[in-house]
Amino acid sequence: MSKEEKKVNRRDFLFTASYTVGAVGLGAVIWPMIDQMNPDKAQQALATTEVDISSIEPGKSITVLWRGKPIFIKKRTSEEIAEARAVKLDDLPDPQKDEDRVKEGKDEWLVMLGVCTHLGCVPLKDKGDFNGWFCPCHGSHYDVSGRIRKGPAPTNMEIPKFEFVNSNTIKIG
Amino acid sequence: MSEHEYVPKSKAAKWFNDRLPLLTLGAHLTDYPTPKNLNYWWTFGGILTFCLITQIVTGIVLAMHYVAHADLAFASVEHIMRDVNYGWLIRYIHSNGASMFFLAVYIHIFRSLFYGSYKSPREVIWIIGLMIYLLMMAAAFMGYVLPWGQMSFWGATVITNLFSAIPLVGDSITTWLWGAYSVDNPTLNRFFSLHYLIPFLILGLVVLHIWALHVPGNNNPVGIDIKKPSKDTVPFHPYITIKDAFALLVFMIIFAGFVFFTPNVLGHSDNYIPANPLVTPAHIVPEWYLLPFYAILRSVPDKLGGVILMFSAIFILFVLPWLDTSKVRSAVFRPIYRQFFWILVIDVLMLGYVGAMPAEGVYLVLARVGTIYYFLHFIVVMPVVGYLEKTDPIPMSISEPVLSGGAEPSIARKVDDKV
Repeated sequence: MSKEEKKVNRRDFLFTASYTVGAVGLGAVIWPMIDQMNPDKAQQALATTEVDISSIEPGKSITVLWRGKPIFIKKRTSEEIAEARAVKLDDLPDPQKDEDRVKEGKDEWLVMLGVCTHLGCVPLKDKGDFNGWFCPCHGSHYDVSGRIRKGPAPTNMEIPKFEFVNSNTIKIG
Repeated sequence: MSEHEYVPKSKAAKWFNDRLPLLTLGAHLTDYPTPKNLNYWWTFGGILTFCLITQIVTGIVLAMHYVAHADLAFASVEHIMRDVNYGWLIRYIHSNGASMFFLAVYIHIFRSLFYGSYKSPREVIWIIGLMIYLLMMAAAFMGYVLPWGQMSFWGATVITNLFSAIPLVGDSITTWLWGAYSVDNPTLNRFFSLHYLIPFLILGLVVLHIWALHVPGNNNPVGIDIKKPSKDTVPFHPYITIKDAFALLVFMIIFAGFVFFTPNVLGHSDNYIPANPLVTPAHIVPEWYLLPFYAILRSVPDKLGGVILMFSAIFILFVLPWLDTSKVRSAVFRPIYRQFFWILVIDVLMLGYVGAMPAEGVYLVLARVGTIYYFLHFIVVMPVVGYLEKTDPIPMSISEPVLSGGAEPSIARKVDDKV
């Protein structure tokens, strides 16, 4: 009896060892096949872009392309800033203060990803019920701070990583 | 099933057939006993095979002239339309062929729903068929992206963004699908690769679909099993082949009508504008065959909820054989279910209509009502009606009501009328 048991154990060990090595080997082959689909070095190299913002008038905005996506750069008027800050956080589906969406001391500059957080369309400016942006695809309304107010989009429009190189230039990414 | 063993006549044929029984397979397909009461709704299997082969042949030809690069794709499609000999014809066959493929597959699926072809013992045929349908949608979506027009680009953006609704890993998955930080050249390149692959996967599944069909044999309009093969069936060739061929000819006339007279009526004019990542078209509309699901997606005021519901609308069909509790297959003998069947048809058509309209006002209300009924039909109506319904008497066999009139002429007439 004990002899048989020993035989079975030895076999079990061999099976387990073979399956384990096989699984590791398979994983090592599959991972490169999956990872090759992630953004390549050429795509990653496009990660930063510098924009001259000196010619933007108050109340106007420009759209630039960063990583294949539009970035809205808006120089807001003081009324627009006041309007954005007067909103109660309880009225927001994705509560976020306007102050947290801009750089301190540069409150007039709203720099955000011009991509609707629902399914990725580009919202239209100066449209919608909240004096901000409106996405024509599925009807999401954003306010003057780019925060979602109404419609199917789950979150506010994203603020990318950016910094002021000098007072006339910003670097996105 | 014909059980007689096939023996090739010539010695050479016998030698080959002993080594690879292709001739036996051919004989099986020729003699395959088919219910003699199949109506024209049963010709769409053959029509769909024709559609698949048409798409593969025209697609291979188009790939000889198309360039899968974001800067060149749009121009290369115009090159096909203007410069390549008969390029316009081949492209119009391919683009309208996709629509004809879906038209045929929807008729084929609703045929199954009406006559209960998905029920035991044909569940596996049904499930393989749904897998084919899923792959068809993937192939059609990726194919629509290849011309790299505005609808291509924004359709791809919206559909790939569906995956960003997945909690935690959604954004990583979307970036992985794109191979970039937005829909871009890497996306176009891989879509072309996959668009070329999928039809061959479908072809493999079609073989399994037919194989699985040939195990129990065809369902039929009265939905009962074959009692006596000699009385209830006819050989596939020439009886079914000639019927299929006639239906296929009628289908090809309609197909040719689209190709030659209104080749762009099923497409969207915005796709003749080159892709522009800075401007979204005012109304993004998928191809007509995806509209019901698009309406379901938009009817939910929550991103993840909409995505879940849209995918559920397809995946619920996989468990349909187990949701339907009725022992009677054909709706011909199911007076209550039959009415719900037609409500479902109208419901899906209505969802398709509102999917093409802006998601606001009355359209949004209709989309929500339609979505609720769609799910109720499968989750509530099918199990409950199956239990409660008093079905009409079913005939003794396929031939009895037709040939002898049977013991109860009244039943026979009833069957005769409906079929």
